[in-house]
Amino acid sequence: MRAKELYELTIHEAHELLKRRQISSVELTKSVLKRIAEVESKVHACVTVVEDIALEDAEKVDNHIKTAREVAPLTGIPALIKDAICTKGIRTTCSSRMLENFVPPYDATVIEKLKAQKAIIVGKTNMDEFAMGSSTEHSAFFPTCNPWDLSRVPGGSSGGSAVAVSAGEAIYALGSDTGGSNRQPAGFCNVVGLKPTYGLVSRFGLVAFASSLDQIGPVTRDVTDCALVMNAMAGYDPRDSTSVPRPVPDYTRQLIAGIKGLKMGIPREYLVEGMEDGVRTVLEAAVAKLRELGAEIDWGASLPHTKYALAAYYILAPSEASANLARYDGVKYGFSEPSASNVIETTERTRQFGFGPEVKRRIMLGTYALSAGYYDAYYLKAQKVRTLIKQEFDRAFERYDALITPTSPTVPFRLGERLEDPVQMYLSDACTLPVSIAGIPAISIPGGFAGDLPVGMQIIGKPFSEETLLRIAFAYEQATDWHKRRPRLSRE
Amino acid sequence: MKLSHELVRHIARLARLGLSEEEVGRLSLQMSNMLENFEILKELDTTDVPPATHTIQLQNVLRKDDVTEPYSQADILANAPRQAEKCFKVQAILE
Repeated sequence: MRAKELYELTIHEAHELLKRRQISSVELTKSVLKRIAEVESKVHACVTVVEDIALEDAEKVDNHIKTAREVAPLTGIPALIKDAICTKGIRTTCSSRMLENFVPPYDATVIEKLKAQKAIIVGKTNMDEFAMGSSTEHSAFFPTCNPWDLSRVPGGSSGGSAVAVSAGEAIYALGSDTGGSNRQPAGFCNVVGLKPTYGLVSRFGLVAFASSLDQIGPVTRDVTDCALVMNAMAGYDPRDSTSVPRPVPDYTRQLIAGIKGLKMGIPREYLVEGMEDGVRTVLEAAVAKLRELGAEIDWGASLPHTKYALAAYYILAPSEASANLARYDGVKYGFSEPSASNVIETTERTRQFGFGPEVKRRIMLGTYALSAGYYDAYYLKAQKVRTLIKQEFDRAFERYDALITPTSPTVPFRLGERLEDPVQMYLSDACTLPVSIAGIPAISIPGGFAGDLPVGMQIIGKPFSEETLLRIAFAYEQATDWHKRRPRLSRE
Repeated sequence: MKLSHELVRHIARLARLGLSEEEVGRLSLQMSNMLENFEILKELDTTDVPPATHTIQLQNVLRKDDVTEPYSQADILANAPRQAEKCFKVQAILE
């Protein structure tokens, strides 16, 4: 067996080596940058790479480590950040023409928190424009390719982050999840992606898509790394009025507790029509493994409102998006089309040329759902259905410690296959949307493979049960070695 | 329900979103298709169900009126497409 390249390390492995000064942050960062240079022309995961800043920061960190008594878990470790998260002085585009040249004057809270641990930011990752999409094909710049099969999508909208971690372009990444945008690409790329409970991680500095749904989450190579990034990011932030003031545990503490006696339900509504046989086979084997590890499994769980989640989501999220994206008027920042003769026409043209087709579709749908005469039939109705879905999860968690589902009903689909059919595209989030609507946490971990393609397993829990989710995820990970598989991108 | 081109244009005006004729045609079809998929919600009787605006129980979140360091004018204006005399420049709004 060949020795691992530095870019293949996990956070906790790299941390041990850095702490003992067996490697330097500059070496680690150079390894990641070299890997980006090798594979980026194949996978197209990055929108911006800041080589000079990263190396300069790494050098400072190495000097710090020489004299530091304590080295924090993320110190000196290179990360890539989804391009929806504001980074002071580094272009933040949301993969949109609208923000192509936008340089934030401040850092998002999560970035401040990573920097407080002296993390190294290497660049920004590609995404569906304004996080609207499930394949990263809706980036205004270029599509990202799945490293397991370059003719297939990596999922989305955090596709760039999932690919980067899978392909070795960063040790970990940050993504965001509104309807599955962190979990679904993690599942498609064989990495770990968490959507925290709504309110656990600050949204300050995350470019808003649907404010009642958006959450930032880690994308990592294993469950321990996920816990370490959550330790750095979680917690109350007065700058986000939906941030929940509650103490944050050490998410690594419960990892090894095992899952003996935990009750897990497999909701039958998630074994939906259109689910591929390969995905079902992986789920069945994964559940058998959980049973072997001591979990009490109930295949009879039922969440009958699941089938309404897709419709409710595609009313709620576009409605919020249409309001949030009203700010792009070409005045304070962003693209501006100045040729029109009056202010209204200028705004209309700015938005016509600044937004891509999926963003326009959602603005239109949301504006329609919120407009006079349709509000009660669509938006209010969807909010009521949201209550029902939330209540149904609450009841389920009186009986179960966690629910187990596939992350997506299919393996990664081919580039272009669903691009012209929005409804087909939306269906790839059928298993992740209900969770988002209910505001509860869920993690996608490498569940197994269908042929040569990864299949994600989703573990869902009640609000603020991240410790339990990570504990189940860790037990499964330690009993399998799916997470150790890496895509075979040739190394010229 | 079929969305007419006229209604699509009306919605676009509300959203201050310029659309080409081709886009109007495509959106009329795609939005109609999506609205059809929303019909499923009518199966549910929600008469006595309260709407959920968000999923966490927070109320009246206020902050102290503390003075904090503001962003510099230059930093904020740096992203402006047009500026004049340290202000954002816009076209005339009043006749």
